[in-house]
Amino acid sequence: MNMKLRVWRQSSPDAKGALKEYAATDVSPDMSFLEMLDELNERLMEQGEVAIAFDHDCREGICGSCGVMINGVAHGPMKGTATCQLHMRSFKDGDTIVIEPWRAAAFPVVKDLVVNRGAFDRIIQAGGYVSVATGAAKDANSIPVPKEDSDAAMDAAACIGCGACVAACPNGSASLFTAAKVSHLGLLPQGQPERYRRALKMVAQMDLESFGGCTLFGECMEACPKEISIDFISRMNRDFLVGAATAPMERGGGED
Amino acid sequence: MPLSLDSRMPAGPLADKWDKHRFDMKLVNPANKRKYTVLVVGSGLAGASAAASFSEMGYNVRCYCYQDSPRRAHSIAAQGGINAAKNYQNDGDSIQRLFYDTINGGDFRAREANVYRLAQISVRIIDQCVAQGVPFAREYGGLLANRSFGGAQVSRTFYARGQTGQQLLLGAYQALEKEIAKGGVTMYPRAEMLDLIVVNGRARGIVVRDETTGTIEPHLADAVVLATGGYGNVFYLSTNAKGCNTTAIWRSYKRGAAFANPCYTQIHPTCIPVAGEHQSKLTLMSESLRNDGRVWVPKRTDDIAKAPGSIAESDRDYFLERKYPSFGNLSPRDIASRAAKEVCDEGRGVGPGGRGVYLDFADAINRLGENKIRERYGNLFEMYERITDENPYRVPMRIYPAVHYTMGGLWVDYNLMSTIPGLHVAGEANFSDHGANRLGASALMQGLADGYFVLPNTIGDYLASNKLDPVPVDAPEVRAAVADVQARTNRLLSIKGKRTVASFHRELGKIMWEYCGMARDAAGLSKAIELIPRLREEFWAGVNVPGSGSDLNQTLEYAGRVADFLELGELMCRDALHRNESAGGHFRTEYQTPDGEALRNDDEFAYVAAWEYGGEGAAPILNREPLVFENIKLSQRSYK
Amino acid sequence: MWLLTLYRSTVGKKAIMAVTGLLLVVFVIGHMAGNLQVFVGAARMNGYAAFLKSTGELLWVVRLGLLAAVLLHILMALQLTRIKAAARPVDYQKRQPQVSTVASRTMRWGGVLLLVFIVFHLLHFTTGTIFPWASAPDALHPEFSHTDVYGNVMSAFHTPWVVLFYVVAMLFLLLHLFHGAWSSVRTLGLTTPSRQPMKRHVATVVALVVWLGFTAVPVAVFFGVIR
Repeated sequence: MNMKLRVWRQSSPDAKGALKEYAATDVSPDMSFLEMLDELNERLMEQGEVAIAFDHDCREGICGSCGVMINGVAHGPMKGTATCQLHMRSFKDGDTIVIEPWRAAAFPVVKDLVVNRGAFDRIIQAGGYVSVATGAAKDANSIPVPKEDSDAAMDAAACIGCGACVAACPNGSASLFTAAKVSHLGLLPQGQPERYRRALKMVAQMDLESFGGCTLFGECMEACPKEISIDFISRMNRDFLVGAATAPMERGGGED
Repeated sequence: MPLSLDSRMPAGPLADKWDKHRFDMKLVNPANKRKYTVLVVGSGLAGASAAASFSEMGYNVRCYCYQDSPRRAHSIAAQGGINAAKNYQNDGDSIQRLFYDTINGGDFRAREANVYRLAQISVRIIDQCVAQGVPFAREYGGLLANRSFGGAQVSRTFYARGQTGQQLLLGAYQALEKEIAKGGVTMYPRAEMLDLIVVNGRARGIVVRDETTGTIEPHLADAVVLATGGYGNVFYLSTNAKGCNTTAIWRSYKRGAAFANPCYTQIHPTCIPVAGEHQSKLTLMSESLRNDGRVWVPKRTDDIAKAPGSIAESDRDYFLERKYPSFGNLSPRDIASRAAKEVCDEGRGVGPGGRGVYLDFADAINRLGENKIRERYGNLFEMYERITDENPYRVPMRIYPAVHYTMGGLWVDYNLMSTIPGLHVAGEANFSDHGANRLGASALMQGLADGYFVLPNTIGDYLASNKLDPVPVDAPEVRAAVADVQARTNRLLSIKGKRTVASFHRELGKIMWEYCGMARDAAGLSKAIELIPRLREEFWAGVNVPGSGSDLNQTLEYAGRVADFLELGELMCRDALHRNESAGGHFRTEYQTPDGEALRNDDEFAYVAAWEYGGEGAAPILNREPLVFENIKLSQRSYK
Repeated sequence: MWLLTLYRSTVGKKAIMAVTGLLLVVFVIGHMAGNLQVFVGAARMNGYAAFLKSTGELLWVVRLGLLAAVLLHILMALQLTRIKAAARPVDYQKRQPQVSTVASRTMRWGGVLLLVFIVFHLLHFTTGTIFPWASAPDALHPEFSHTDVYGNVMSAFHTPWVVLFYVVAMLFLLLHLFHGAWSSVRTLGLTTPSRQPMKRHVATVVALVVWLGFTAVPVAVFFGVIR
């Protein structure tokens, strides 16, 4: 197959970028999308050009490194699939494919298709953990967890932190990402002591990172490679509201 | 002068060694801990858990990863599970049994004391992870579920769907982020360690390149921990992430750390076969699939192109069940891989290039129903279908072995310290606990044991026992190390040759797979030892690295990693050539039993081969650490 | 102060929008039910109007409450829109929405249209202010009466563009409710997990009933079904 690519090129964070046209030739339907970009890069480099920068690592859909906007759809046309697991059989000979980086104020472009998602780490730092130090744990089976809760927590914990939810959201909201972690820990007995405080602090950090608000478009769930449900956003909101109503009176609610 | 390979193994009965050792080790006064800085390179299971634990104890920690976030380390891709001798299933498991299985599975090439400690600690890892909120699979009663996994006859594997590594890593990552928020850990993402700084014979820092700005800077400290993973990408195609590399441990080797058993590589039997030349990496299908799938190929070569469903039961060769009746499809990885290679070598392989065998779920679906199978393996089946466009509920999967894990790594003593004082090595990056072959669900166990429980105990002993004067930033050793990295980087950028980095990497991978892969022999290895230096010369004369060194340049990062693989590959072949026996993942065709099993030579090779850098252009020097088995009788592994 | 916590965060702002929105949904349903009395006859309709007036202060409490709800709803919408704009300063060159409904994508501009409509509607039926402005031959209301609500309705909906404006506005109300009545409940976290979280049976019924109820009156008057 042959395709026309229009790829976002931007040499540095402050440089002005633009879509640049390339031809992808001899594309095999069994190639992954990233392998198609690899081959293009090989050709560009043989001509002395600088390769298109894109984040990728495990290439099996779990590390969350990869992710680009493909024809206006986060991670491209295949549902429940990260860019690395998208194969070229999802496209037709002669297609034009527009490839852009995730767009959000909180995800500044580093180069070409690479963005900085450090904001996600900072949201986790705000409270996305159980405060237990190494060595302090009691026997694992002393905390029974109903299977339903454990399964639901796992559904939320499947988040790979790729940022597609933000990229696909018309508001640029990180609600699905934050809600997934709030719910993962909030559904388990281990997460209860910090449950409401966690929701308050993580939401506050999410706002601080200048993500937009959630208006329930539902695009995030559709873009999510792990198909994490917007039900968790409801859950996060509930925990946040309960937390706000019950937190001690402090500015911003929930600081130490 | 030969290296001193003092394993510092504590005396006394096996079961008491670790407790006794912990008592004998010196402690750092709590008030003094914050005065010590420890660098942790890598943020996978071993690195993240170590960094978080150090910080909890009060040390000042800096952690580095080449990815954009510590959560992306390749531990995340481990699917199957983590072993622990909890014996929750009351099926006869014990610390002793996990210890025995691990030593036996590793073909008697690991240290008894280390492995026993691993089995002891395994129990606490599960407790720790559950407390962190890792959503392990559970029974309806609310207690933890277990399954039996690759090569074990007890159910001791804990799992979180097919994403156990992800969930364990997120647990460690959350602990790490907690400590970053508290200020105990400073995280350096998109930062690559390019050299080790050794001052007065001690590891005192690292040279780091910031991948986004290209800045090359020394980071100084009191101790360094490398948790940088394995080097399977030396084969180009492997199940490792694209970024996995050997640079940190290889640079340390060149600064004096011994590299142990580099030839021990694990080939995982259940990976999706190569589809074509464009293939950039191989995808693992969890070994847990072998619990319900049956492995077969057609009996006759004429049948290989036929639709699998049309081949009669009597014309199928379920070769694992035939050759290993008691373990069958659950035979250890090295054995299952080699058996698959054999049938494909006989021309009975299926799929493109005849490099594949069937993994068939038809029986399991008939017995348990499609829903049960979907519940157990749904996400794996989906992944398989996404990659191959075939529906494994209808047609059998095709699988083929692929490079998965490297048991070799930097030599470490019982305290996980390398031959350079102050340089500690954890997880896949060290050589320690798996001997010549790693059992399924043991890597996660080892990474977390090292990071949560071993290093936090042993690092204090090092810091408390040694007087560590501050190293000035302009010390000659520091300046020299930075200058070396600068020079190397500039050299890579200035060659401006004709060939891409990937083309060299592919060529190296082919040599390694051909001559140092699943089956090796002296002639092939000798040939590889000739070919690799030639390829290395071509690389340094003809590689093309476009772009500059002062911004994000993924080609430059890649070139540096491949340059190191080009050196490591040769050492692997030398190690494989010198080891005139077959053991675990190292199979020399000259050394096999009449029925084709690995034939060890315990009289001559029951040792750890610790290679010492001999200098530019000189051959590496072999040092031997004898392996003493006091508690286990050496025997030939049998899975029949 | 927990209201301040709400006001400061996007989730809190959305919760305020949701609560005020749900209040307005309740109002809209009541208003629609009241309107439908037109079909019973003049006496019933005017009697109902007189009853509302007779509640005196209570009526003003409700009116002020509604005004506050509308103002808060708008204020939060404005702030969230500003936050949204700042969250993505550089937009995509190409974007292909996948599952978001037309309703969800028209909340903002549809909301502005509804505001225009509400102002027009208040001037039209509550104060009768539009009457003198349109006292030309094709006057909207030949005669506006504060007591004969039935008569006002009958005379109001004979001008085609007025009817059209009401019908179009109610279509936007339909969309606004289809998304808002559903999302406000989710925003407040008052949902249980569902296999198809985008499904919304209650909101669909509410939106359709309100739309039908409101549209029926001007259309029926225009086509002479009631006179």
